Amino acid sequence: MKIHPFFRLIAIGALCFLYIPLFAVAVFSINASRFGLTWKGFTLDWYFQLASNSLVLEAARNTLFLAVVSTMVSTVLGTAVAIGIKRHPWGKRWAGFFDLILHLPVVTPEIVFAAALVIAFALLRYVSSVFDPGMLNMVIGHITFQIAFVALVVGSRLAAISTKIEEAARDLYADNLFLLRHVTLPLLRPGIVAGAMLAFTMSLDDFVISFFTAGPSSMTLPLYIYAQVRRGVTPDIHALSTIVLLITILAVVIAERFSRTSTKEKKHA
Amino acid sequence: MSDPVIWYGELTTSRSLLRRGLAHLSPGIAWTLVFLAIPMLALIPVGFASRGSYGQIVWEFTWNNFYRLLGYGTFGWSPDYLIILGRSCMVAAVTTIICVLLSYPLCFFIACKPAHKRYFWLTLVIIPFWTNLVIRTYAWLLVLAPQMPLARLASFLGFIAPDAPLYPTPFAVYLGMVSTFLPFVTMPLYASVEKLDWSLVEAARDLYSSSWRVFRHAILPQTTPGLAVGVTLTFIPAMGMFLVPDFLGGAKYMLVGNLIQQQFGTSRDWPFGAAVSLGLMLLTFVGIWVLRKTGGKEAVH
Repeated sequence: MKIHPFFRLIAIGALCFLYIPLFAVAVFSINASRFGLTWKGFTLDWYFQLASNSLVLEAARNTLFLAVVSTMVSTVLGTAVAIGIKRHPWGKRWAGFFDLILHLPVVTPEIVFAAALVIAFALLRYVSSVFDPGMLNMVIGHITFQIAFVALVVGSRLAAISTKIEEAARDLYADNLFLLRHVTLPLLRPGIVAGAMLAFTMSLDDFVISFFTAGPSSMTLPLYIYAQVRRGVTPDIHALSTIVLLITILAVVIAERFSRTSTKEKKHA
Repeated sequence: MSDPVIWYGELTTSRSLLRRGLAHLSPGIAWTLVFLAIPMLALIPVGFASRGSYGQIVWEFTWNNFYRLLGYGTFGWSPDYLIILGRSCMVAAVTTIICVLLSYPLCFFIACKPAHKRYFWLTLVIIPFWTNLVIRTYAWLLVLAPQMPLARLASFLGFIAPDAPLYPTPFAVYLGMVSTFLPFVTMPLYASVEKLDWSLVEAARDLYSSSWRVFRHAILPQTTPGLAVGVTLTFIPAMGMFLVPDFLGGAKYMLVGNLIQQQFGTSRDWPFGAAVSLGLMLLTFVGIWVLRKTGGKEAVH
């Protein structure tokens, strides 16, 4: 199939449109000029300065901590929810209710989600002061949207697995725990890994939920960049953003390679 | 004692099945109920409360927040908030349309590449999708800065003062929004385009259809599933978008997301913020409903 030159031009234009801003950030991260956007020669100073910036290092630590903890909790809870919904005989009404609850974080505009969380934590502060804005609230907020996405990803994998294998295990007198550990979970592993990866990246990327639940000592990288940009863009922010960008590119390429080889293997088998 | 049932090869009772199902479900569902569903319902009573002088919630039933949203204030009627709501709908709709118009050529461009090269081009779309939104948005501040060609051109043509940046402007908001959401439409749409049955396109061509009719009757119906996902993934977040107008639109081009953030942030007027959130939810549901309606009609044709 050939594509019309006009549409070809639009397609290439659209791709340039996506990359020009990112390219600008990378270029200005190696620009020697402290103020303004004129080219003053090549430097890597801004990168070295980051290494000694304790705020940035702490923000990076917070971001990772938040993503790791929330992903671990939400993967367990989300997988359990998916198995609970797909492998038990719920009536139509209950199934509909669970479906609605799981899709709530997907269809709610993020800002409304954040507003709801603010109110939830305000109510919970009547119970205990641990719900003051800070890391705990951020972890809880992230888990709340991650559960739904993990459950949806794992659920679609569950729907694709034939129940015959589980039936066979039952025929051979597998009890609940044995079935779960040695049959269902191993079959589900690709789905669980995919769900956890999705949850992890969503947590790393999140800005709005963190913005509404963060406290003074729980700055994450997106919040740090936001705060700095509000005060005026500086070259060290470009350097930080470029590092984040390079890590993103690396992660996407590795993930692509990984999924490509696994689909190839499937075709061979 | 409930009746025994056979469930996937297991002899059990319906009661023990129910118990086991609940054991799996209840932690996750309870979590979502406590931290999302119930607080979202709580937005309703908060929306009908009023703000105390220290920013606390005063539990007196009032319609004031909603009147205020509709423009009735202490100083008479002004359409400020209605303009913000209308603008949000327009920005979300226009963004979605532009993203769809750009995504079709982009998807076919990738699909027309030889199979081993497609991964490369597809990865080029996926990378921005996973890149942090804060970075992607502030990056436009650099491109639109006064020293850059775009702003120079605009000032040369007399649109802006010399040495002024191209932000905050509506134009900058649209640029930011479209670049944010373009991958959200392209990726699901590509999944449909890749599976396209080209023999239908060839058949339409053989019958001397115009390009438009080929698209309308051979391509559009086949790509509707991907298109529907892409449009939903764009329209809902675009309605509540807060970061892009915050960086690129400023106070002059506020969207409803900024209004909500302001109420929960600096203004500390939670009841009004809750009322605006409810308004946004309502608009989002109406938007989805309209999409479903038009999408349904497409399917019938």
